[in-house]
Amino acid sequence: MSEIKNFLYLNRRAPYGTIYAWESLEVVLIGAAFDQKVSLLFADEGVYQLVKGQDTAGIQMKNFSATYRTLGDYGVRHMYVDRKSLEERGLTEADLVEVAWEDMESDDAVDNIVEVIDSAQAAEVLAGADVVFSF
Amino acid sequence: MKFAIQVNEGPYQHQASDTAYHFTKAALDKGHEVFRVFFYHDGVYNSSRLTTPPQDDRNIVNRWADLAEKHNLDMVVCVAAAQRRGIVDEGEAKRNGKDATNIHPRFRISGLGQLIEAAIQSDRLVVFGD
Repeated sequence: MSEIKNFLYLNRRAPYGTIYAWESLEVVLIGAAFDQKVSLLFADEGVYQLVKGQDTAGIQMKNFSATYRTLGDYGVRHMYVDRKSLEERGLTEADLVEVAWEDMESDDAVDNIVEVIDSAQAAEVLAGADVVFSF
Repeated sequence: MKFAIQVNEGPYQHQASDTAYHFTKAALDKGHEVFRVFFYHDGVYNSSRLTTPPQDDRNIVNRWADLAEKHNLDMVVCVAAAQRRGIVDEGEAKRNGKDATNIHPRFRISGLGQLIEAAIQSDRLVVFGD
């Protein structure tokens, strides 16, 4: 498959109340093998997926939050976070994990691909996607 | 136009599967192509041949199967989502030591790569769910 598309994964749900966040992550991990241009957008309750220091011991569910920090190694180039969704929940950028990215071939590197954006920018990200996976 | 369809919710509980079915049928009736229907999350339950709704209600599983039969539609159930939820075919039963199967023969179990491939190959991916 030679065609490269802009893939956008839109994550709108909290990490543990339903399985959508985890099964969305599984698609991202598997999709890495297809070498597309991949971005993630976190909005609404989805911003909780990136919050640091999650502890799921009390609910006896698998804590998959560490997986987000590895996404740079799975071909994910951008992880956008909707600013309004963050602010509505009393969160700031400092509450979120940092995800590093490095291109093995060109040695290009970015310390943190997590980027808080406003609604107009989010609209641009959505408009620029060829495929939107909505979870 | 070439469509890929993703169904994220189970039958009866949620309208997503009904709407996906109507959309798929309408697209095919209009002469469009549907590259694949991919069932994910609780959407995998749409493939259980053991589904037994009351006689005066629609049979969502058989309705998908009939549409697939008529149009030679490729209907794929995600293997990871299916394993979690107990949707089983012969191969999975053998591999995981299960004593029964429940998938309708018009559906097939395969990996998430089938969803990614469908999104790449199609002009539009249409996702049905919340």
